[in-house]
Amino acid sequence: MEPNDGASVKTTKMTKANKKVIRKQLKASHTLLKHEGIETVSYPTQNLVVANGGLGNGVSREQLQDILKGSSSVKCLLMPPNKPYAFVTYGCTEDARQCHAALNGRQLQCQGRTVTLYLSFVDKVESHVGMKAEMPPGLKVLEDFVSPEEEVQLLEAVDWSFCDDPGDNTIQKTLKHRRVKHFGYEFRYDNNNVDKNKPLSGGLPAVCHPVLERCLKEKHISIWPDQLTVNQYQPGQGIPPHVDTHSAFEDTILSLSLGAKTVMDFRHPDGRSVAVVLPRRSLLLMKGESRYLWTHGITPRRLDIVPARDAERSVAVTPDPCDLTLNERGTRTSFTFRKVRHMPCDCAYPSTCDSQRPLEVPQRFSLPCTDVDAVQLEMRFVHTVYDEIAGHFSRTRHSPWPRVGDFLRSLVPGAVVADVGCGNGKYLGINPAVFTLGCDRSHSLVQICADRGFQAFTSDALEVPLRSGVCDACISIAVIHHFSTQERRLTAVKELVRLLKPGGKALLYVWALEQEYNRQKSKYLKERGVGPVEGVEPGSVGQMDTTAARTVGTSSSAAKSSQPELSIHRNRTAFGSQDLLVPWHLRGGVQKEGQEPSHIGEKGALLASGSTPVYHRYYHVFREGELEELCRKVRNATIETSYYDQGNWCVILEKTL
Amino acid sequence: MKLLTHNMLTSHVKGVTKGYPLLIKATEVKVSEVEFNPQFVSRMIPKLEWSALVQAAEEVGHLNDLPTELLPDYENNEEFLRKVHRVLLEVEVLEGSLRCPESGREFPISRGIPNMLLNEDEA
Repeated sequence: MEPNDGASVKTTKMTKANKKVIRKQLKASHTLLKHEGIETVSYPTQNLVVANGGLGNGVSREQLQDILKGSSSVKCLLMPPNKPYAFVTYGCTEDARQCHAALNGRQLQCQGRTVTLYLSFVDKVESHVGMKAEMPPGLKVLEDFVSPEEEVQLLEAVDWSFCDDPGDNTIQKTLKHRRVKHFGYEFRYDNNNVDKNKPLSGGLPAVCHPVLERCLKEKHISIWPDQLTVNQYQPGQGIPPHVDTHSAFEDTILSLSLGAKTVMDFRHPDGRSVAVVLPRRSLLLMKGESRYLWTHGITPRRLDIVPARDAERSVAVTPDPCDLTLNERGTRTSFTFRKVRHMPCDCAYPSTCDSQRPLEVPQRFSLPCTDVDAVQLEMRFVHTVYDEIAGHFSRTRHSPWPRVGDFLRSLVPGAVVADVGCGNGKYLGINPAVFTLGCDRSHSLVQICADRGFQAFTSDALEVPLRSGVCDACISIAVIHHFSTQERRLTAVKELVRLLKPGGKALLYVWALEQEYNRQKSKYLKERGVGPVEGVEPGSVGQMDTTAARTVGTSSSAAKSSQPELSIHRNRTAFGSQDLLVPWHLRGGVQKEGQEPSHIGEKGALLASGSTPVYHRYYHVFREGELEELCRKVRNATIETSYYDQGNWCVILEKTL
Repeated sequence: MKLLTHNMLTSHVKGVTKGYPLLIKATEVKVSEVEFNPQFVSRMIPKLEWSALVQAAEEVGHLNDLPTELLPDYENNEEFLRKVHRVLLEVEVLEGSLRCPESGREFPISRGIPNMLLNEDEA
């Protein structure tokens, strides 16, 4: 074989190059079909798919627009987020054909890499515009919050040169993904908290004062922050998703973005996520739900997908392929201002709250199948450690429920009344014309009743040591839902009826599964996020006992059984099942109000700064009709009336003989 | 524990049929003045086991000339109602115990509060 002449060599080479492009294009269209379900066609259409020309390859909208414009007028350019391709639609097939001829195999320089575009025709382009993104509740971004001059001053105020000068009042660290500097208090990454007893001298740099004054004046914050963390992120660096420790800082968190813009990702525990553009010189305000419940983080990458329009605006990024491009990150410095918290956090988001975290999540507990198991379960989750929270419990149980009061006031003077499960005795003095006796399983609560001058004794609601038929009326308010088997709940009702004389009446309240009835949310649900969690908790009107969940591994017998497991209820949410463990958050206020913290400490419950013990109480919440059904099993009593009252099912029983 | 309360209490130990009245062993008794309400006392009397009240008053040393039989027409007998008032509402057992007449089980009274909780094997 003789070598060919130059010209023919060149032709052969061209052919080879063309063949290679066509082969690669075919391969690309196979990949599109296989991985993305995009079907390419062999005949010209108005639409082209540009393989390797996507945001996912680091090709920005501007870059792609630039080369597409060269040929003809583009009608539409779709760039789906994170995909290695884009779609371009022309006004006519001829334009698309010309584009294909001119650009197939074209190479682009993107982020220091060479990208080769392969174009194929498609019949139609489907554009999936994602849900319009909305900012997490409580989140705000104020654009241009600091001027370019202030930005320079702030950035210059941070001296990143390492120094071991003992006179330096700041703490500087280089973390894996960024460098940080702390003022006011050191934020410790080992426990994600600050040492509240060790403020750094010098406080916050004076250069920050005008910014904070503006925040106060514009009412973004109500307290002057005392902790500043400065983070510096190089392109490609980020911060893992996190919620700022509740017990460490108060509600509103401020963060200035200086030097460059970035995109911060917010995630709700239910899986929703929102990417928010933080423009340069903007102020991020995280408050309420966005501060306590959503995580925030910055994905370590060099390019962010951002809206192409309004490039300098702060927005929640909606994945609209018609309006997405890439932003190349620069060096960004954030100034995060926070107020150190000195009391345990009492937010409405216990699932993310370290102040409200269970000491030890009760592992797995099943519904009891034997009476012995039931007694053990109630001992642990209804009786044993109630004494520890009795004081706090009693302080949250001061207002009688109106309809219980009405019942008591309707009784004839001289009536004998038993309040079985009387708690702190808030119903014992409602009607002074009757004689009311209280009893409760918790000795501490009975003591509170006695100290108030009421007649009360300690006993179990299943064996009340009173003569049969001695009572004109009985009340059982939020008690029967603490019995863990149907049999025991029935025994409790029978015991009430036993105490009644014929014609006597018993009022029963139990917590309802349905916390929304007749389209009305119960007070329990409505109070979510307002005030102390226990304020109106129906199950705790003052009647029941509680047990700490910190005893270890005692329920082996219960856990072994094949009975359904008890779920742990999240306060102020709808009930997920009928048998559950409801957390009780022992408030730090206990200490404040003069009870010695050592009382709790010595019994082993954790009370480190910023933490409160959480106890779990067992409940069987009643579904509609269940209480009546239970009462109908009692032979010598009839249901006079039944009703729903603020998240409770209620029955008035009358003894027949 | 006032004697009015005691009059309603009974032993509830498993198997016991005659658990009433509970015998009082008092180590500390307090008598404090309570406003006299003749109507209230009259209304309470029919609810009482009279003999148990007399026995209890004797046990705590405050029989107070209480007749062993309930007087007829007591509603209009202020002197009698005052005696009953005192025994029912002014005498209080602060420390001591209650004893089941049948089983002998003792229930402690501390700071005026009877602890009537049973052990597992008694319920």
